[in-house]
Amino acid sequence: MTEYKLLLDDISKSFGATRANDRVTLAVRPGSVHAILGENGAGKSTLMNILYGLYRPDSGRILVDGREVEIHSPRDALDAGIGMVHQHFMLVTQLSVVENIVLGMKRLGLQLNLAAHSRALEELSQSFGFDIDPWAEVGKLSVGMQQRVEILKLLYHEADILILDEPTSVLTPGEIGPFFDLLRRLRDAGRTIILITHKLDEVMAIADRVTVMQDGKVKSELSTEEADTDMLAHLMVGREVMVRVRHPNRSPGATMLRLEKISVADARGLPALDVVSIDLRAGEVLGIAGVDGNGQAELARVIAGLVPAQSGRLLLEGVDITGAGVAERLQRFGIAYVPEDRHRDGLVLDASVAQNAVLRRYRSPPFARMGFFRPAMIRDHAQRLADSYSVRMQSVDQPIRFLSGGNQQKVILARELDGEPRVLVVAQPTKGLDVGAIEFVQSEIIAQRDRGVAVLYISTELEHLLDVADRVGVLYRGHLMDVLPAEDASAERVGLLMAGVAPQRAGAA
Amino acid sequence: MTRFLSLVFLLRGLLAVFAALLIGSVLILAAGADPLTAYGTLFQGAFLDYWGFATTLQIMSPLLLAGLAVVLPLRAGLFNIGAEGQIYIGALFATVIALYVPGLPGPLHILLCSFAGALGGALWALIPALLKAYRRINEIIVTLLLNFVALHFVSFMVGGPMMEPGAPYPYSPEIPESLFLPHLLPRTDAHAGVLVGVVIALVMFAVFHRGTFGFSLDTVARNPDAARYAGISVERHIIVAFLVAGAIAGLAGTFEVLGHRYRLFHAFSQGYGYDGIVVAFLAGLSPLLAIVSALFLAGLRAGASIMQRAVGIETTVIEAIQGLVILFVAVSLAFRYRATEVGRALRRRQEVERALDAESEERES
Repeated sequence: MTEYKLLLDDISKSFGATRANDRVTLAVRPGSVHAILGENGAGKSTLMNILYGLYRPDSGRILVDGREVEIHSPRDALDAGIGMVHQHFMLVTQLSVVENIVLGMKRLGLQLNLAAHSRALEELSQSFGFDIDPWAEVGKLSVGMQQRVEILKLLYHEADILILDEPTSVLTPGEIGPFFDLLRRLRDAGRTIILITHKLDEVMAIADRVTVMQDGKVKSELSTEEADTDMLAHLMVGREVMVRVRHPNRSPGATMLRLEKISVADARGLPALDVVSIDLRAGEVLGIAGVDGNGQAELARVIAGLVPAQSGRLLLEGVDITGAGVAERLQRFGIAYVPEDRHRDGLVLDASVAQNAVLRRYRSPPFARMGFFRPAMIRDHAQRLADSYSVRMQSVDQPIRFLSGGNQQKVILARELDGEPRVLVVAQPTKGLDVGAIEFVQSEIIAQRDRGVAVLYISTELEHLLDVADRVGVLYRGHLMDVLPAEDASAERVGLLMAGVAPQRAGAA
Repeated sequence: MTRFLSLVFLLRGLLAVFAALLIGSVLILAAGADPLTAYGTLFQGAFLDYWGFATTLQIMSPLLLAGLAVVLPLRAGLFNIGAEGQIYIGALFATVIALYVPGLPGPLHILLCSFAGALGGALWALIPALLKAYRRINEIIVTLLLNFVALHFVSFMVGGPMMEPGAPYPYSPEIPESLFLPHLLPRTDAHAGVLVGVVIALVMFAVFHRGTFGFSLDTVARNPDAARYAGISVERHIIVAFLVAGAIAGLAGTFEVLGHRYRLFHAFSQGYGYDGIVVAFLAGLSPLLAIVSALFLAGLRAGASIMQRAVGIETTVIEAIQGLVILFVAVSLAFRYRATEVGRALRRRQEVERALDAESEERES
């Protein structure tokens, strides 16, 4: 008799210099729902990919039912009874449910008896209340139903440990309740469920136990009975030492940028920003906190002009800029944007430092004339920026790929601040930077604020946010929960808001 | 050793050609001739003989232009397999202007025909461009299939509405003599089209290396997300790349009519558009090297008929050798292709694909 259905014992995995998993131990009890909670980059996915045989751990053991198993591939994982539902489904949309499910099964024999399989499936589906027609074409099912097909597939393949990677991210709010009911029935039937998520309320609603990860390590493991959302928020985002260097601004100016009831839809058409109104004043830093994926990316992108607003208006000093494009917002209205993902949005890694330094203005004078570059102007400009921001590099002709993250971020900051912007949107500017670079970025943002720039500072790293923000707003599921003055923005209060707990006294405000 | 290997890698196009010729020599032996004499005749005929070289230049014109029409969209990670169709439609537009717009002075009329030809090719290329940019429909398949539509449409036109009365085959009436392109070498077929091709290649080289448009195309392919952030419209660049490529291919068709055949024949192109793909890849997607590779492939074609006459080998043998060259060049590209310009272009295509997916998802929402 073993106490644990699954035991990951002292797992470590490094990618280059990054320790994605650092001596992680995870013990999952049979017949339970075990949540793994953590921010993006906390190491959840690496751990699950190790469990699923996609990565090999550098060290550590995996035990299923007390027996050590070697998992080299998803096939091995399935043989050990471990199945995974990915965020992106692995289904052939043109085939029926039963065809999808028998796909890749062993011991099918020479003759495929789909009718027999469909009867067996029907039975399995009935017993858990899946409510799936085995002959339906998968592509015609809703996303929620496709997810059930994925789970049914694992059950049919006799997996009794189900790993679900952010399962609710594809569901509409109405589908979540029935989905949880289904998970409970599975648990009560003795299946073990591992739920990867960064949504606190879901952990509280469905999980029996929760392991909180941060920076590749297990921060804590506890029963949800002894936890609450506030505490989990704290564990997930908070650091042990909260150093607060306050630079409050006593005299913010007039409203620079106004968001009026802005709504933005995400890729699936669900509201990512839901009627958000913000007044951003000149000479202030408005911090936007929230657990990743609650609309922060859309907020930044809608202000920069990268995604259209579904409804609502954007006003810059009273001028309606809702219809202006990306380039116009930067060059005419002075809206600078430091994107969250340097490599995806902010830089062309194969291009030189010089080219990246003019990435957003390379077609305008003095960098180009009659459609041709003036390389000397561009190089001089880049060199000047690099000098004033002390970017460490070999030359401005070097591909920016070879600069460190901190130096890349400096190039982006230099580029965005060069045009003397009126509004600065920064998203996760300290992500992946070392302490020195963080210090530099923060003080540069303060300097811009003191120059009278209206700064919107979006970060999931609460203590960095509290270092620079004059006011703090919290986004939760696309809603702006509340905006607090910096001195009232304790980690506890912000944490509650991040967990979606509405302020009691907010009615008057 | 590594230097030697990287040299081999750089010259792999040449080596592929050499290997193809080597295997071709077996075919020549089998046909009962001496390979050395045969190849000697071929290259001497193609490049050292006045008339032969003129033929080389004449063939080089459509090859180079078609090659450039493939190189340009690949810069943005897009495959244009449709140069053949763009050549046909370009030639059709040019012929229509040449035959049915009378009373213009010669040079002006030539310009107008060229403009019409470029426009025709561009419009033909606009179809796959719009489908790609806004509906994510695979441009390779669309351009390829449109080739057949264009080929048969031209056949229909010159076999019906535009057919020369009493002609034994489907072809149009002859264009006025004032529209004949000037010749580079007197009394030969070497027309000025090849010069236009070289000029376009040089301009393209300059734009790729110094031009903001070249950088925009590069950025669209290298990182579409960053391109949007930089204020570059990915869709618009896909469309412009295809429009310009189509215009260049349209010019190739135009010059075939104005410089070489003086009428619109059905099925006149003999696959110049497809050869353009070979020109582009043999040149490693460089517009400058495209001049060299177009010259080489044109020489191979021109020399072939001379070799046939001099050494008495069946044309089928020469066609087989041409096929071998294409095959070997293709294989040489597959060899560690990930590290090459072509490999990068292929990855760029995937990048663009991904960005368009993301974009259309946003739109659909």
